[in-house]
Amino acid sequence: MKDPSALSRPGAGVSRRAFLKGSGAVAAASAVVAGPGLIEAAEQKKPKVVSGKSPAKTRLDVNGKTYEVEVETRSTLLDVLRYQLDLTGAKPVSIDETSGACTVWLDGKPISANTKLALACVGKKIKTVESLGGAKPDAVPVAFVHHDAMQCGFCTPGFVVAVRDFLNKHPKATEAEIRKGLNSNICRCGTYANVVEAALEVVKGAK
Amino acid sequence: MAEYSWPKYGTAYVLGKETDRIDGLVKATGAAKYSYDINRKGMLFAKMLGCPHAHCKIKAIDASGAANLPGVRAVKTLKEPGQEIRWQGDALAVVAADTEAAAAEALKAVKVEYEMLDVYVDDEDLAAAQKAGRTQPAGSNVQWEVEPDDDLDDEQADQEIDRLLKKATVVVEGYYGINVIAHMCLEPHGSTCEWNGDKLVAHLSTQNVSGTAGQFADPLGITADDVEVHCDFIGGGFGSKFAADAWGVTAAQIAKETGRPVKLMLDRDQELKVAGNRPSGYLKVKVGADKDGVVTVWDSHHWGTSGAKAGGISQTVIPYVFDPKNRRRKQTAIVTDTGPDRAWRAPNHPQACAMTQTAYDDIAAKLGIDSYDVFLRNLPSVSPKKGAHSMADTYRQQMEIAAKLIDWKAKWHPHGKGQAQGSIVTGLGMALHTWGGGGHNSTCLLKIHPDGGVETSLGSQDLGTGTRTAIAIVVAETFGLPVSAVKVNIGSSRYPNSGPSGGSTTIGGVSESNRRASQDALRQLCEKAAKKLNVEADTLVAKEGRIFVADHPDKGLSWKEACSLLGMNPLEVTGKFARGKEESPLSSVQVGGVQMAEVAVDRETGVIKMKKFVAVQDMGLVVSPRTAKSQIYGAVIMGIAYALFEERIMDNKTGAFLNCELSDYKLPRLGDIGEIIVELHEPESEYNRGVVGLGEPPVISPGAAISNAVCNALGVRVPVLPMIPKRVLDALAKGGKA
Repeated sequence: MKDPSALSRPGAGVSRRAFLKGSGAVAAASAVVAGPGLIEAAEQKKPKVVSGKSPAKTRLDVNGKTYEVEVETRSTLLDVLRYQLDLTGAKPVSIDETSGACTVWLDGKPISANTKLALACVGKKIKTVESLGGAKPDAVPVAFVHHDAMQCGFCTPGFVVAVRDFLNKHPKATEAEIRKGLNSNICRCGTYANVVEAALEVVKGAK
Repeated sequence: MAEYSWPKYGTAYVLGKETDRIDGLVKATGAAKYSYDINRKGMLFAKMLGCPHAHCKIKAIDASGAANLPGVRAVKTLKEPGQEIRWQGDALAVVAADTEAAAAEALKAVKVEYEMLDVYVDDEDLAAAQKAGRTQPAGSNVQWEVEPDDDLDDEQADQEIDRLLKKATVVVEGYYGINVIAHMCLEPHGSTCEWNGDKLVAHLSTQNVSGTAGQFADPLGITADDVEVHCDFIGGGFGSKFAADAWGVTAAQIAKETGRPVKLMLDRDQELKVAGNRPSGYLKVKVGADKDGVVTVWDSHHWGTSGAKAGGISQTVIPYVFDPKNRRRKQTAIVTDTGPDRAWRAPNHPQACAMTQTAYDDIAAKLGIDSYDVFLRNLPSVSPKKGAHSMADTYRQQMEIAAKLIDWKAKWHPHGKGQAQGSIVTGLGMALHTWGGGGHNSTCLLKIHPDGGVETSLGSQDLGTGTRTAIAIVVAETFGLPVSAVKVNIGSSRYPNSGPSGGSTTIGGVSESNRRASQDALRQLCEKAAKKLNVEADTLVAKEGRIFVADHPDKGLSWKEACSLLGMNPLEVTGKFARGKEESPLSSVQVGGVQMAEVAVDRETGVIKMKKFVAVQDMGLVVSPRTAKSQIYGAVIMGIAYALFEERIMDNKTGAFLNCELSDYKLPRLGDIGEIIVELHEPESEYNRGVVGLGEPPVISPGAAISNAVCNALGVRVPVLPMIPKRVLDALAKGGKA
């Protein structure tokens, strides 16, 4: 809960978001060179120190491509993905990690992109929901369609990533395990029952 | 005059068949672009400053300090000195900057001086509201079984109520309530606005694609023909997104003034504070019934808040669905310094159901008889609308189906008399609901291209209900084509006008316009095919990608061959439906629904777990069963949310919305829903009624059904929803005495 005493300050509650919501400038980002390995590993591992608020150029490895981006120290990964790379599958829903709607992988671990600073992701492999699409979509989004595990769809990309990640770790998950293990995502339309069915179909298909 | 019809029951080709949502994969892989996702080169980010105080007067407002900050491109104040603020978060100013962070920082430089006014936000404590002068009469109504009808004055009415209560075998004196909740659209309200010369394109998160252009145009000093409202995907609306809103118009103004596209989406806390909520309701009732549980007299007074304007739950739906022979009902509005309500899925109904069908269940508890029998014996005997089918028959059938699915007879025990497993007790509850759901006005432009391509265009929107998919099914059914062969263009005000998606009106409207257009188009195409085949046009049918003589399937043309007869230009047909203008064989109104819940309650912790939930729902002819079922699952889960988890929590002293972030606003998660069984109730008689809307009805009953199940488990009523553990423990401590 918020501290009601903070109410006397106009604009209270803004500062935390201001910190976490980063440089949103829409810049046409370019895929510098395709494929990892072409960029020197050493350079990737050294995050550039950016002082103050002036944006600085750095590189991010997203879905197997290296992109040049401009970040401020306060820029979140979510803002850079959405506003510089136009990868809008990860959604801004809550100010913290409550919703799971902006779940992406960072070096193989699921994280909330809105609470991760972009600079902390330099030199790491970022994978977004878009990597599960394309001409040959992953089994999870396909099962989501087949079981209609979506309505408005705003939470769906985050849920798809969460299910993919959970089933990577628990490829033979039972229904009970799915119901216990997939509680990091909020859906307002109420698609949970169909998400369970979709996840079960992926388990069956993987056998 | 052209005739329109649906295929005979059981003969449809794709109508009513399991079909994948046609835009499912773009949503599931993150490719779908919502208003929040529209990015443009050079786009500015706008942020809104909300008033921190719930009730005050603006003494001075000065935004000049914000204008000179780095990256800031525009500043607008939305309030003038002297203006009164009636809820926390009301918009004071908007700042647009190169980055979101710069805009948010600049808001802090807007200087506002306030004159504080008295704050009142408690919507449950009627005495406190009266003391604070915050109550208003909001309607009343009496109905007597015997003369002298409604001529009784207040004193006589009191005497008549007393007489009827004394005559009753059982009298329940109850208190029931349901808190304010938010819409909590996961995509907040807002837009991305851009100008092409003198024309505005507003990428608005809206349920009302065809109806908002004028709301932008008027304050911008242009006409609606210079505005295109665009919305391919919307991240939740639930009744709260019909307007351009002040923040939408401001974004468009700033875009005009700066020559740059502007994105203004509300922050999460603003979404909850200012973008709509569902009114509360609290009801005190004396209800008398005979030995069988048939209600003979109902006397209720209820109150609640819609915010700063008087409102609340209409007394016309009290008691809900049931129609007791003698009743008196009175409604009081409480005026609070809280954000304004907006339509929330099935306005009035969920609250009315939760406040009154609980009282009916308490009659069963007091008489020690089966709740099922009490509900059955009190079913309304007359149809709610002249000429409508018998709702009582619908409810009876649906109750039987639901009872079988949840195994009611085997599981039933009298209230509070179940076998406990340690501290865990289980219980069953039910509720029933109704809704109109007639189609809205809808016009579509259907095109058949000479190469066989088919597209339909209309200014409708898909809230996630599957509107796109349903439209494709209707057109594909008519032409005998696979669903994938139909392109559906919606989401732009440039397309022919189709109604806003509210009140479960969309499926009726868009099915009407598209079935009409495609049946007309098929007739025209068949005439051309008939000439070619040298047969009569009315002998031809369209099925499985061909147009052929019904009795001689080999005498025909492929769909492509038939379309090539059109020549150079596409065949264009307009389909039009005007709500309420005529009886249509394609659509109808009024549905029923029965829901039953099974819960387990821990008497030590007060935690309620959903075990099983059954929803039986009619909707006339089912166009798209898969998305229809999804809506019912979703409605049940939203119902579990307001029954057990979510509520707006206000600070009575300051009027602050305390749980306005998602982390504090509790919603169920995947592990909280239990087993849900959805049954689409579509016997031939339902199919023959044509299409009726579905969005609202299944969200109505869960509150009462779950409350009744909890009461059945504990033997004690938890009077107010949501039934959070504290309320359960409080109710147990009081032993059910209000």
